[in-house]
This record gives sequence, C-alpha cells and structure tokens, in this order.
Amino acid sequence: MSEIALVNSPNVGLDKTQKGGPYVNELSTLNLGPTHPATHGIFQNILTMDGETIVDAEQTVGYIHRAFEKIAERRPFYQITTLTDRMNYCSAPINNMGWHMTVEKLLGIEVPKRAQYMRVIMMELARLTDHIVCNSILAVDTGALTGFLYVYQWREFIYEIYEEMCGARLTTNMGRFGGMERDFTPVAIEKIQKLLKELPKALKEFEGMVMRNRIFMDRTQNVGGISAERALNYGFTGPNLRATGVDYDVRSLNPYSSYEDFEFDVPVGTKGDTYDRFLVREEEMWQSLRIIQQAMDNLPEGSYHADAPHYYLPKKQDVYHNMEALIYHFKIVMGEIDAPVGEVYHSVEGGNGELGFHLVSDGGRTPYRLKFRRPGYIYYQAFPEMIKGTTLSDAIVTMSSMNVIAGELDT
Amino acid sequence: MMNEKIIEALQAQFGEESVYGIGESHGILQVTTAVENIVPMLHFLYAHPVFKFQFLTDLAGIHFPDAKGQELGVIYHLHSLENNVRLWIKAYAPIEAPNFPTITGLFATANWMEREAFDFYGIIFEGHPNLTRILNMDEMDYHPMRKEYPLEDATRQDKIDELFGR
Repeated sequence: MSEIALVNSPNVGLDKTQKGGPYVNELSTLNLGPTHPATHGIFQNILTMDGETIVDAEQTVGYIHRAFEKIAERRPFYQITTLTDRMNYCSAPINNMGWHMTVEKLLGIEVPKRAQYMRVIMMELARLTDHIVCNSILAVDTGALTGFLYVYQWREFIYEIYEEMCGARLTTNMGRFGGMERDFTPVAIEKIQKLLKELPKALKEFEGMVMRNRIFMDRTQNVGGISAERALNYGFTGPNLRATGVDYDVRSLNPYSSYEDFEFDVPVGTKGDTYDRFLVREEEMWQSLRIIQQAMDNLPEGSYHADAPHYYLPKKQDVYHNMEALIYHFKIVMGEIDAPVGEVYHSVEGGNGELGFHLVSDGGRTPYRLKFRRPGYIYYQAFPEMIKGTTLSDAIVTMSSMNVIAGELDT
Repeated sequence: MMNEKIIEALQAQFGEESVYGIGESHGILQVTTAVENIVPMLHFLYAHPVFKFQFLTDLAGIHFPDAKGQELGVIYHLHSLENNVRLWIKAYAPIEAPNFPTITGLFATANWMEREAFDFYGIIFEGHPNLTRILNMDEMDYHPMRKEYPLEDATRQDKIDELFGR
C-alpha cells in the first residue's frame, strides 16, 4: 500500500481495537507466489488480509503440470520410471522403487531378499535427504541459517551414494523390475558406513541448535495446527498425519520390501502443529538410520535381482556376448514386452506420505490407466484452513513444514 | 474374510442387484454399483460400526470408449485404517451425461480429487463447491485424459506406430 493510500484511508488515527467505533474494516489482497522464494516451489496463494491477519486464501496449482498420467499411457513400463523421478524429486529413489514394486506385483515377480534389503537401504537414504531438506529449510525460514549448513552437506553425501549406485544424483532412475541394476560396490558400502558414523553427529549438532531454541519454538509452536479428525478427513498421510497423533505408517501397517524384518518406531506428535511436524521428521531420521544400520548388518547374500529375463534389463556386457541377453535387451528397450491384464494398487511410504500407484493394465505394452496418488497434492488443499486467522509469517513457516513438493503436486 | 463380510453387508443394505462386478486384486476387494448408490454406500461404510471406511485414499477417473453407455468411470479407493482393509468402489456413467454426486460433504479431501477428475475426464460432480479446472489452464476446451486425444501430434508423418510396436 502506498503512502498516499495510507493518508487517504478512512482509518488513519482510528483505534482498531475499539468495538463499534468508526474504524472501517478494510481487506487487502496479497499475492504470495507463484515465484516467491519463501514458497519453495511454484505455488500461488492469493491471500485476503486484514492487516497482517490472513482472512482467506485461494490456491492456484498446476504451474508445472507435465501430464505424466497421459504420457504414461503411451510409454512402456520401463520408461515410466523416469517420470516418477520427477514427482517428488527430493526423494526420487522411493518413487522409482514404489513404481517397480507396483509392476512386480502385476507381473508376479518375486524379488530376492538381498535386493529387498538394498531397496530398503536406498529408500531410507532417500527419506533422510527428504527430511534433511524439509527440516533444515524450515529452520532457514525462521531465520536460522547455520543449522542448515551443518546437515545439508550430508544430503550431498547421500547423493554421492546414489551416484555410486546408479550414476545419477537427483533424478535417479534407480533399480529395475526385479531388483537393482548393480550390487553395492565397495565404495558404496564404505560411504554408507561413513554416513552411519558421521551423520548422527551432524544431526545432534543441528538439533542442539534448533530444537530447543527459544526463537524457533516461538515461531513454530501452535502455528498451523490441525486436529487428527480434520487431518484424516483431508487425507493426510506421512509425517504430517503422524504429527497429529495418528500412527499410520505404510511401512508398519502394510510392510513391503521386507520392512517387517526391521525394528523401528513410528514417532507421533500430539498437536499437529509446525513444531510437531518438525519433531516427527527429526525422529524419523533417527529411525531411518536405525533401519539402515540393521539392513547393513544383516544384508543377506545372494543375487541382487530376480531371475526374470523378460523384464529385468540384462547387463550391458552380456548384451554384447550372449544371444538371449541381446534379444531380451532389444525387446525390453523397444517395449515389446506385454504385461498381463490386471489392476493393482501398491503404496509405499514416501518422503511426505503415502505414495500410491493405481495401475490398470489391459494386457498391452503400456498401462491403460495409471493414477499416481501423490500425498502432497492431497494434503496441500488443507493449507487455507490451517493458516486462516494466523499471520503471513506463520503461513510461510506452515507451508515450509508441510513439505509440499511442486513437482509431485502438479505431476 | 473381511471382504466377504463387506459384500454381505452391502448386499443386505442395497440389494443384490445393485452390488455387482465383485472381484479381488491382491487382497483388495472391488465392487461396482450404480451412480445413485454412491453417496448412500459411502455414508453406510463410513458409519458402519465394524468396517469404518473413514479414509478416502484416492479417487480416479477412467475412460472406456468401447463400453457404450458406461464410458466414464470413477474409482473410489477407501481405506479402513482400523481394520487395514482397502476397498474400491466403481461406478460408470454415459459420456453424454457424466454426472456423479459429489462426496465432498463426507470427505474434505475429495474436493481436489473431484476437480482433477473433472479437469481430465470432464466428469461433472453435482453439488461440488468449486468445480473448476485445477491442473490445466482455465481456457482449455477439452478433457485431455479421454482416450480420443492422442498424446502426440496426429499430423506427424515421421512417427509410424507400427515401427515402434505401438
């Protein structure tokens, strides 16, 4: 609002708090986003403000919609893996492996134990990166930049492990139908061991700096809260739901990829506010480290992929020297492998909630219909309800702690 | 076990002729019903003392151009968190009048899911508070996920489907 507008306002010099007084309630409109740095992605919220208090919010989404579900209806199954990378790009391996497990369910492939444990390790590493990003950025949004720098280098380190496993860092395209594309290399094992030894120190340092920090607590406690009933009605999953006190975790309720072999706790909050979401994510990182430790200690011997030549892309050196491998390589790459008729749903615990794949196959080379259940898309619609009556700065912190990823939301 | 009980309860409540297309896929029960039964059925399952289907996991539109009179469908994916049972309820409507009742009164989360189904399939959810496009731009005049819209430009000559096994 310009100075002239302020002078012309009928409210100049009037007491706002005086009931029945001459103060006129003026609402103003504020565009938060779509490219505001504090929204961490392309989100637009048209806020109706009464002074600094938010009265109403209208959301616009779809700025980076890329029609993944439509594209998937024309692509062979392998080529869809690269689409899933680009949904929740903060934890791409979880998306990849969720998709692989969906197709394995349709095809009826049994994955060896070693591959399942390797998947668990990679998925928990992905969860670590996801939570590191969310929590440290939340601290940055409240003004604490230092803690972010302590943990962010470990996200970088986890990306090096990804690189060792699949050659890529952000959009990983990791794994194959039936297992992993390669075994753990000595370098990868060494790096994971180093991470297990060193990350707890950095996490402790980060927590010491932020968790009991008076400023941080004042900014996040009782901010952006939601009750358990409303959260369930809104379809919340993941840390956001657990912060309200509901212990729904896909890993423990419907274990996949041998999660039943591991011992881990499902942390829950009580109020469902921003601080609770932060604490739940913080504790989940410790539980992820615990799972990785158990998986590394008990890593079974054996093959790292299933014996399913029709669907498992053969090794490159075999393609050059082995007739069958060449045939299967050609058929898989050209997408000439038909899938059976069927309808399956598989969900995994993604970085921010239940990531589901509803696959309808009519027996062709591509899915007939593929619906991604993106947790971010579903719970982001509760955002206006969560920020009504709070201030603008609280809205920023709430949004940051909800961990909405634009790529996932817009598919 | 649970799935049989659900079928029994639904057939007792709504009559055997209105619960059909019963199947199971990897433990998930699916039933098909008429469009007018959707809202009473979801309310019945929500309030049922044992089943408690109180979590709407997903809502997906689907298009079968060859099924005359039943081209457009909606799949309601319910989850009973207490019993850990999932259930798909499907309903179909003709493409000329794809009218479905809204379930936003029961599940707040259905709001954006129904908008998405409207956006991509043109399914009209009657009574929805704000049935507008959500991911596509407002000016778009068709519903892109319907099967009649090819993904690639149909006028291109250099991409011959046969050569690519399509």
